[in-house]
Amino acid sequence: MSKHKFRSSTLPVLITVGPVSLWLAFFVVIPLLYVFIMSFCSIDENYNVVFQFTLDNYRNLMDVNYLQIYAQSILIAFFATVICLVLGYPFAFLISRTFRSRKTFLYMLVIIPFWTNSLIRIYGWRTFLGASGWLNQTLMALHLTDSPMDFLFNRFATILGMAYVLFPFMVLPLYTAIEKLDPSQLEVSADLGARGGATFWNVVLPQTVSGVFSGCIMVFIPSLGYFYVADILGGGNSDVIGNLIERQFQSGNNWPFGAALSIILIAVTLLLVKLYQKCGGDMQSLGV
Amino acid sequence: MRRKKAERLCRSAGAVYCGLVYAFLFLPIVVVVVNSFNATKSKPYLSWKGFSFAWYGKLLQNTALLDSFKNTLILAAVSTILSTIIGTIAAVGMFKYRFRGKSVIDALLYIPVVIPEIVLGIALLTLFATVNIPRGMLSLVFAHVTFCIPFVIFNVRARLDGYDKSLEEASMDLGVGRLKTFFHITLPVLAPGIGGGALLAFTLSIDDVIVSYFTNGQTKTFPLKVMESIKSGVAPDVNALSTLILIVTVLFVVLTQSGLIRRLRHRKI
Repeated sequence: MSKHKFRSSTLPVLITVGPVSLWLAFFVVIPLLYVFIMSFCSIDENYNVVFQFTLDNYRNLMDVNYLQIYAQSILIAFFATVICLVLGYPFAFLISRTFRSRKTFLYMLVIIPFWTNSLIRIYGWRTFLGASGWLNQTLMALHLTDSPMDFLFNRFATILGMAYVLFPFMVLPLYTAIEKLDPSQLEVSADLGARGGATFWNVVLPQTVSGVFSGCIMVFIPSLGYFYVADILGGGNSDVIGNLIERQFQSGNNWPFGAALSIILIAVTLLLVKLYQKCGGDMQSLGV
Repeated sequence: MRRKKAERLCRSAGAVYCGLVYAFLFLPIVVVVVNSFNATKSKPYLSWKGFSFAWYGKLLQNTALLDSFKNTLILAAVSTILSTIIGTIAAVGMFKYRFRGKSVIDALLYIPVVIPEIVLGIALLTLFATVNIPRGMLSLVFAHVTFCIPFVIFNVRARLDGYDKSLEEASMDLGVGRLKTFFHITLPVLAPGIGGGALLAFTLSIDDVIVSYFTNGQTKTFPLKVMESIKSGVAPDVNALSTLILIVTVLFVVLTQSGLIRRLRHRKI
């Protein structure tokens, strides 16, 4: 009898799930719907939002200057993702294959940089790469170059920064996927005469591909929006879509246009997530 | 014999590789820590002028910076508590009961996780501007709780996956009330998941730049203050505060991970 009561009562549901539903409705659903509506609104001469239907904001998206920035942003996100994957896969593999006690320690070492604010770490890179930074000082001391080289304020610096900030988001899902791998399978494969490469392509990669996918999503999507990385390291020479949006909501003050840009970003995100699910990706592994 | 040698070579190559990756991860932090001890007094505060604690002294006088850090701590504490309470009971409710709209909530939870932070930031900004929620600590709390809740729920849910419902049923069969059962049976089992979720929420809140950037009004958090000072060239007292924060967090991890706290507690008993 108590079991029956347990399942059917609506009051406990309201108490437990009510707050989160309200919260999500008010702070996720309504704001996003509002952004969607705003993307079809106009502005008056004082840059106030007027509720007058227009497609101008979407038409303006096709401006050549903006198209260049989208392309650049996608390029930056792509290279950042590739760098994270290429650097992160062997790394995740190695740390997940160490002894238990050391494993936790090595894993924590990946997390700890997180606790220094990402802005400060990005600024650390700027200091390191700058004209009078350690890198240039070292190069000059070794007489490899006579005058400081420009490492900063270009696409390369922005890609480096994105890859750096998002690297843990690649490593953690990879680590989780690789850890689930049964070591005896590797031994069997080797015993059956498979070379390392063959074992990797036929045994290891297929079983960890979900980690690869979720890692790539967790790096690619945010790097379209991290405007401050492009600001600090790219110095305005390598803006991403995030910079465009940020400008609309600050100095430019064309909120409806910024809303349209955001809708595009949401569309890209949804597309990638759908693709991810189609490839058999599990939503749960996106939650870090 | 030869195979062993090759294996050893492989292993040390792996160790070197991992070392390089860690160097990559920690390099900018080393720069920050070293610069916090730099005795330089002239902009851009980069060339090394000897070791000094001067910037730590300066930090004590920089009330704006310390205030921003205080804001960050208050914001993180409040957001963590709120999101942990809302998230935990939500996770339990979603696990225990079937109801209409469950899959909708499930899907909605992934939105703050997956969409770029800047979209959440501007979406909340437009909402706050329209319904006239004053931008400041209150709007920041709303924003931070929003992106923290899903992570708390995921953490608690992971713990619930292996949860034995019969424990609770037994408790209720014995005539213990629902609330009492929750506090005495459910909560202790879920504690590690709740703790993990709360820690993650705290970390996310403290580190957040983008969402706060759009929703802060005049209340500056530490990251926002840093952003401000980067635009004018970071004075090393920012580095000093960052170094202190790093030391505290590393100590915290070492203490919790090494089981030192547990051992101390045992000794007390």
